[in-house]
Amino acid sequence: MRASLFITCYNDTLFPETGRAVVGLLERLGVSVDFHPKQTCCGQMHANTGFRGEAFSQAKRLVRLYQDTETVVVPSSSCVAMMRDQYPGLIDELGNDSLRKDFAAFLPRVYELSEFLIDRLGVEDVGAWFPHRVTYHASCHGIRGLHLGDRPYRLLAKVRSLQLAPLPNVDRCCGFGGTFSVKNAEVSSAMLAVKLQDVVSTGAEFCTALDNSCLMHLGGAMHRQYAGMKTIHMAQILASTEATPAEGVL
Amino acid sequence: MSAAVANHPVLDPTLALPFPQAALPVLRNPQLRKNVAHAIDVIQAKRAKLVAEKTDWQELRSAASAIRMHAIENLGAYLEEFEAKCTAAGGVVHWAADAAEARRIILEILREENASDVIKIKTMTSAEIQLNPFLQAAGVNVFETDLAEIILQLGEQEPSHIVVPALHINRSQVREIFARRMGLKDLSDDPQVLTAAARTYLRQKFLTVPTAISGANFFIAETGGVGVVESEGNGRMCLTLPRTMITLAGIEKVLPRFQDLEVILQLLARSATGERMNPYNSIWTGVTPGDGPQRFHMVLLDNGRSSILTKPKQRQTLKCIRCAACMNSCPVYRQTGGHAYGSVYPGPIGAILTPQLMQMHHAQSLPFASSLCGACYEVCPVKINIPEVLLELRAQVVNQERRDLARFFDPMYLGLRIASLLFAWAWLFHTSQFMGRIGIRLFTRKDGWIHSLPSVGGKWTQTRDLRGFPKQTFHGWWAARSRQSSPVSSKEAK
Repeated sequence: MRASLFITCYNDTLFPETGRAVVGLLERLGVSVDFHPKQTCCGQMHANTGFRGEAFSQAKRLVRLYQDTETVVVPSSSCVAMMRDQYPGLIDELGNDSLRKDFAAFLPRVYELSEFLIDRLGVEDVGAWFPHRVTYHASCHGIRGLHLGDRPYRLLAKVRSLQLAPLPNVDRCCGFGGTFSVKNAEVSSAMLAVKLQDVVSTGAEFCTALDNSCLMHLGGAMHRQYAGMKTIHMAQILASTEATPAEGVL
Repeated sequence: MSAAVANHPVLDPTLALPFPQAALPVLRNPQLRKNVAHAIDVIQAKRAKLVAEKTDWQELRSAASAIRMHAIENLGAYLEEFEAKCTAAGGVVHWAADAAEARRIILEILREENASDVIKIKTMTSAEIQLNPFLQAAGVNVFETDLAEIILQLGEQEPSHIVVPALHINRSQVREIFARRMGLKDLSDDPQVLTAAARTYLRQKFLTVPTAISGANFFIAETGGVGVVESEGNGRMCLTLPRTMITLAGIEKVLPRFQDLEVILQLLARSATGERMNPYNSIWTGVTPGDGPQRFHMVLLDNGRSSILTKPKQRQTLKCIRCAACMNSCPVYRQTGGHAYGSVYPGPIGAILTPQLMQMHHAQSLPFASSLCGACYEVCPVKINIPEVLLELRAQVVNQERRDLARFFDPMYLGLRIASLLFAWAWLFHTSQFMGRIGIRLFTRKDGWIHSLPSVGGKWTQTRDLRGFPKQTFHGWWAARSRQSSPVSSKEAK
């Protein structure tokens, strides 16, 4: 099977280790991974901040770029939610018929990482090993946007030596919200403080998620507060084996 | 006196501070945050339990959404039908284009009645038109009869929630307000004692004031009936004892048929207070000789609603049945409470309704007062896609603001315009990543983390660190890996 990785703009810039982990994981599972070198951003930041025209340009660019791609894998639930929830409106309003047609063909070929593993590849046990206590932050776009349900838990349950600590109030937002985190920095920080209490209360060493954006927010506060915890994208846990442990964990 | 009691937030969207500033005093107030979080956690838990027992909850939501959408999309016809039925039943229907007209109509009716006092059933619409201060200034004494509204009125506070308006006040604060304003020095904070004190206070009003004002949870086109649902029975008293009833309702509150209540009432009680059914459900149709008020006036308020109706993407806002499930589920509201929204309608529904009622001239910070977490949409009993409307309104605010030259160099606008340019060309994006990596080194400490950034970045680093930029981007790694592996694979191919 072939899959093309849409890494997302912030993972490309700030979290390349997540991308390397996705490549390692998928290749280990026998998937041939492609990477389109011209990819940039899905347009979520602009769309969520009210820059519809700019968001549309990026949506159009992305749909055209992946026009002939069989399967697109994205290690970010919020970017996939952008494509599913916001692209239809943007493209309907600002696009032409040809773009609408291409988009209709494109959308069913997009998978968030855990969807790709479970729905497309049909695997739950990806052969991973991660000997740590971990709590899973089910991001808003993961639970309410993509309805990922128990997919992430099924994947984590099969990781050898991983001890999963349930996160209290798992459906509550961490307060990131993209530009919300700076436009309403104080409210965002208050939400973060409450979320961090729950995360720390699990006694986990790592907080994982399928969105590095939430993790950047949580991890930034953990580092500031010497909370004694780290964040790690789930792709890195799933890529981790005894022979090749996750990068930067020890 | 506690800070919360001394605090007088402004609930007038034309005067209120932008949301980020208005939220600050609450964020710094431990008592207020505890009161709000505790109250909504209790309601949420009750709601969740009762929603779970309805196996047809999603079908009910779909039905309610369809009923409400149909009602507002045929609003003109249903309002005329209501007017005809209500008039035939002995009611008098008034039409108010805006808040000022509604206030004037109500005062004229009170003058005709020679009313110096008026008792009120809880109505947030009257707070929307700022009726109480207007009537007081005109020499009419207004007495709230809903327990929460009494607490607010005696404590000289503003509502912070549409169903539980005094949710930000705990019982020891209620005790303090009652003791001070009712002259009851030895009052305890036992809820039964407090309720008894309110009851004694209220009985006098019910028995002596012959004129009442109410809101409406709904009114029915088919029958001309008007309905109020409540928990305390004060509404029932106001609908029984007074001679004259004046009801103020937003025009969108119409339901086409009596049978629609089957769906709406099941959803409303569970969503609003976590009850299977509201303890008191009152419906009255015009006047009934010998039973209840013998004069009935219905004031139908537009005040910006029909302008919302003209906008297809936004009109779903008018489906709202004011259950407040969205604010109870909102992680932003949970931290800030209601006053930060600078409007009688707080929380997610307020964030979309208030700026629209203001025709986008005020409250422009509200559509941004959300992390777009989607919890509000998930719980909404009439399926208002609040995040979708928030995004639409954000786009309108940005379209207004970006025409303003003063905003040209606003770091947020500048940054987003530049980002949009970079994302159009991969080579430009990659160049900017390279430049950014060099630039950010200035701010990166030896531990590899950024602890302080200037400008907009400082908003991030005021409470959060940021990991320094990695040496190699992902696409850089991919390109290097492809260069290494391609000669090998081509050899293998031979």
